[in-house]
Amino acid sequence: MGQGGERRKFLAHAVQGVAAAACGGVAWNALLVQQVHAVPFALRPPGALAERDFAAACVKCGACVVACPYGTLRLAPAATGIPLGTPHFVAREEPCRLCPDIPCAKACPTGALDREMKDINASRMGLAVIDAENCLSWNGLRCEVCYRVCPLSGKAITIDPHPRKLSKHAVFVPVVHSEACTGCGLCERACPTAVASVRIVQPSLVQGHVGEHFRMSWKPEAAPVEASPEPPPSAPKPAPAPPGKPGNAPGLDYFNSGSPP
Amino acid sequence: MSAPARPVRHFEMPGTFAGRLHARRYLLARRLVQALVLVAFFGTAHWGWKVAGQPLLAGNLSAAKFAGAVPLADPFAVLQVLFTRHALAGEALLGAAIVLAVYFLLGGRVFCAWVCPMNAVTDAARWVRLRLAVRDVFAIPPGVRYAVLGLALVLSAVAGVAAFEWVSPIAMLHREIVYGAGLGLTSLAGVFLFDAFVLRHGWCGHLCPLGAFWAVVGRGAQVRVAFDDASCTRCGDCLKACPEPRVLHFNEAARAGMVASGECTNCAACVAVCPESSLRLALRAAIPTPPTPTSAPAATGTPTEGTTP
Repeated sequence: MGQGGERRKFLAHAVQGVAAAACGGVAWNALLVQQVHAVPFALRPPGALAERDFAAACVKCGACVVACPYGTLRLAPAATGIPLGTPHFVAREEPCRLCPDIPCAKACPTGALDREMKDINASRMGLAVIDAENCLSWNGLRCEVCYRVCPLSGKAITIDPHPRKLSKHAVFVPVVHSEACTGCGLCERACPTAVASVRIVQPSLVQGHVGEHFRMSWKPEAAPVEASPEPPPSAPKPAPAPPGKPGNAPGLDYFNSGSPP
Repeated sequence: MSAPARPVRHFEMPGTFAGRLHARRYLLARRLVQALVLVAFFGTAHWGWKVAGQPLLAGNLSAAKFAGAVPLADPFAVLQVLFTRHALAGEALLGAAIVLAVYFLLGGRVFCAWVCPMNAVTDAARWVRLRLAVRDVFAIPPGVRYAVLGLALVLSAVAGVAAFEWVSPIAMLHREIVYGAGLGLTSLAGVFLFDAFVLRHGWCGHLCPLGAFWAVVGRGAQVRVAFDDASCTRCGDCLKACPEPRVLHFNEAARAGMVASGECTNCAACVAVCPESSLRLALRAAIPTPPTPTSAPAATGTPTEGTTP
């Protein structure tokens, strides 16, 4: 009985210990998961890894904050929706000045920021999105402040003339191009409307993706080179390859050439 | 069984200012070191302090760079990141190795008593607790911290983020002081109330996985509290002063000539109150090995041997 009692006692203790660890672990894990899977609202320093990898690698040491010569970066305080203590910036308050030597990324000891990054213009901290309803330029004023402050103006933001419905004067509207926009936030900082009408957001929150299904063959740079390698006359099969001009992309057919086959 | 050879004297706080200063010399030294570390981080972050043209101490206790050249990193934080299977930059690994080496020599939990910003909070809670004679609400074994340590590593792998770093009240308090970034007061209040009114020495002595990590590292520490068994009268003042009383085991200390446990923080609170100066901080190499009590017969002229309860 004595040994059985000892064994039972030991087992009970072991079960108790495991149960206590499991209780604590589940609660602790829930806390972590909530933060890790938070909506990625934060604008991260240049060269930051994708949000989940960033969350794993960043030890919240603030070396990037110290290295930033403009006081742009800060560690996230509580109750902002941004994981506590991680570095970020608020574009409207202090945007990234795109230092060519990228001191913040170089200061990162863990590699949460890409220390090897060479070209600051290759950084993608976010994407400028224009609220056309409130943008002064879109409303017909000659504002264009965002275009003029943009360090990559002409590439990241262009001014496109649009014909106006009511008068003969054109409307000059700013248009953002995601392939060049770094998300530095200088436009958001400079926007003169009471609440900025151009905002930097994480591309994943606003940017769509066309996918493979739709073909916009009139965009020459987007079109695949050639669907069928054979010369056009020797193609009697009902292939989707168009009998139009040779070298046409798929999608171009007799509607484009004007003459039915 | 065997009575002490000499009458038991107890520690008395000296009446003079200089005497009190001397009695509190280790406490003052610890507060000074803690403050210096914080000020070095704060001054670098806010006032641009430099040494040789480079930032003095950029970062915080999680990771930092001294003089733009020497990387430093919290080995426990780095270990957690490794458990997330994220490939760390070499600088963090080198920094962790440097810090690990320093504390391996000084004693792992030297961090707890001499650097950790939470130490002042838990010391204050302890003071309040003694004043108000508070009793524990519940009891948990001090070894729980090792379970928390293991859990932190498991959860780092499961959740994909450094589990303790994301909830650490120490990191929150430290970040609040250095960068003003959030929840520092909450974590301070939480730990203070827990230590003062719920469980004696509850955070540092029972739960903190960082302390547990350093306790494991500190087993090979080269700075230890040396114990002179011959002069000790077993007055027990050291036990009352020690924040980790179970490390002060007279028989074990007598056998080893020192407090060998990795859980000893080298805070030297025991050294300061010992009325017989039987305890002192010393290099491990300089601590004489006591005459082997197991092999040699007990009668070697010292009557203090064998005070077992």
